[in-house]
Amino acid sequence: MTATISGTALGPHLRRRRDAGRKLLAPYLTGGVRADWTDYLLAYAEAGADTIEVGLPFSEPVVDGPTVQEASHLALRRGANVRDILADLRRVRVGIPLTVMTYYHLVQREGAEVFCANLAGAGVRGLIVPDLPVDELGTLERAATAAGVDLVLVAAPSSTPARLREIGTRSRGFVYAVSVMAPTGVRDELADTAGVLAGQLKQATDLPVLLGFGIATPAHAVAGAHVADGVAVGSALMRAVLDGESPAQVGARVAAMRDALDRAYP
Amino acid sequence: MLPDEKGHFGPYGGRFVPEALIAALDELDAHYRKAMADPEFTGEFERMLRDYAGTPSLLYDATRLSERVGGARILLKREDLNHTGAHKVRNVLGQALLTKRMGKPRVIAETGAGQHGVASATAAAYLDLECVVYMGEVDTQRQALNVARMRMLGATVIPVTVGSRTLKDAINEALRDWVTNVDSTHYLLGTAAGPHPFPAMVRDFVRGIGVEAREQCLALTGALPDAVAAAVGGGSNAIGVFHAFVPDADVRLYGFEAGGDGVETGRHAASITGGSHGVLHGARTFLLQDDDGQTIESHSISAGLDYPAVGPEHAWLHQQGRARYSPVTDAEAMEAFALLCRTEGIIPAIESAHALAGAIKVIPALREELGREPTVIVNLSGRGDKDMHTAGDYFGLFGAEDEVR
Repeated sequence: MTATISGTALGPHLRRRRDAGRKLLAPYLTGGVRADWTDYLLAYAEAGADTIEVGLPFSEPVVDGPTVQEASHLALRRGANVRDILADLRRVRVGIPLTVMTYYHLVQREGAEVFCANLAGAGVRGLIVPDLPVDELGTLERAATAAGVDLVLVAAPSSTPARLREIGTRSRGFVYAVSVMAPTGVRDELADTAGVLAGQLKQATDLPVLLGFGIATPAHAVAGAHVADGVAVGSALMRAVLDGESPAQVGARVAAMRDALDRAYP
Repeated sequence: MLPDEKGHFGPYGGRFVPEALIAALDELDAHYRKAMADPEFTGEFERMLRDYAGTPSLLYDATRLSERVGGARILLKREDLNHTGAHKVRNVLGQALLTKRMGKPRVIAETGAGQHGVASATAAAYLDLECVVYMGEVDTQRQALNVARMRMLGATVIPVTVGSRTLKDAINEALRDWVTNVDSTHYLLGTAAGPHPFPAMVRDFVRGIGVEAREQCLALTGALPDAVAAAVGGGSNAIGVFHAFVPDADVRLYGFEAGGDGVETGRHAASITGGSHGVLHGARTFLLQDDDGQTIESHSISAGLDYPAVGPEHAWLHQQGRARYSPVTDAEAMEAFALLCRTEGIIPAIESAHALAGAIKVIPALREELGREPTVIVNLSGRGDKDMHTAGDYFGLFGAEDEVR
């Protein structure tokens, strides 16, 4: 199967920006959560996102906390599915590489090759599968490479040094560092485990390291980016989307984080 | 010997969980392997099963039932006589003892109808562990008596209000708790499913059912049975009674799934016979899903079989053709339920009634194939007291006046 690879590759794009001294910002949006959901992608990109994580909703979101669960179930009730979300993505031009985040059940259904080719066809250049540990990558690793999709691996505070090395070696695009031992969600403060993990990962790999889980405010973003190369932001933005904020309003939240990062790390 | 090091039963099983849980699963796997090779642990487990749970359970020669059904000698493995009234006590005692050994003070559990929650609360009380049970809000309302039982035993019951608010959502929530509290907490999973090492570990804790039944059958009849039958939801009672017989190629293994209103209606819980491949709750297996790959709600008159997936070892036994799986409808199960009540004075769990109903269906062909009366072991995995509300509604027992005879 050959897919047309379009747009900028994720890994070189992030690395270039990181190496130029910019802290990376990866906001998240649940695909299909609203009829106008792709307008939020455009707003995120305009607000200075470096990549956008697009969630493909699954009925059993075990890694996610209450807010992203609510968004997933809402999207599914609206009739969202992988095919339609990717079709929507094919129609929108955001100008930065997109990264899909979804559960392994949806990835393996039609086979890893078909799934990755479909992502590439929709212009998606990265894939995060939070319930797929490095031991189970199987055929997905090769399928993603063949399709020009970077398979981003997840590291956790409980990962052993040997696992961190393997994750650092086999990850593509960037490494997603889970800041805390908990589901996704907003927390008052950034966990102490975040800095430790990011530091370990920076030793283990030259890939950009993005810290996620519990990054809710510009202050969190600045704190998270102290050791890491950037941050991923999900629940705080999705809460605003679910509460009815417009693309411009949620985009302003992303812009505030962008500004805080740029000011703290000029 | 399956599973392999990484928990695979052929293409099934494995570990599809967040990276954050891998260390805990590795720790659990290491402790479990060490414990099973340590006579101190296995001796204490056997002592608890004998002195506290009341095993070995009887293998009962159900002569009146056999006579009524005709064509077979039916032996009932009486797991219903165990403490807490089901095979589940074996699993919870094993895992609770392992929790103590790991030095963790807290267990969490998921429960659908409440049986595994009650069993977990029992083991936690017995071994002085804190116990938190996640239960779908819908289920807490349907099973208020079991909620009271768990609380009486000292457990905290947390209603789950997300998703479909049933068993699968309770499992999701328990997994989230486990990620957050993994240093102090063991997830006491209720069936032989989930990520490695749970399918193998739960099987090893319940496989005494089949070990006992095999010895008891040899002692009683002088031969191995021709067939072993069990109900399959998540699959723990079935793998428990099957496992010791897997090497006995002449012993047929029959797994009966909950056919609900009939597999053709779409309202069922038959993951193998009416579902398809996928990954749920940490393992690659068979599950119920729609055209978009989203899981769908299962339906069964038996709350204990009402789960949209199945343990990976059953998926493997099915693929190998070693065990045969077929559905039994609600109506067939309830007919067998009534039959056992009237012929033997035993009220079975509706789960177990599925096993009996399925056995009754396969007996004629089995007899013809063998050219003699077969011996069939049916795993009576639990007692039916908990199901009397359902049975009362089904048979119209409430509010009706008995005729004077």
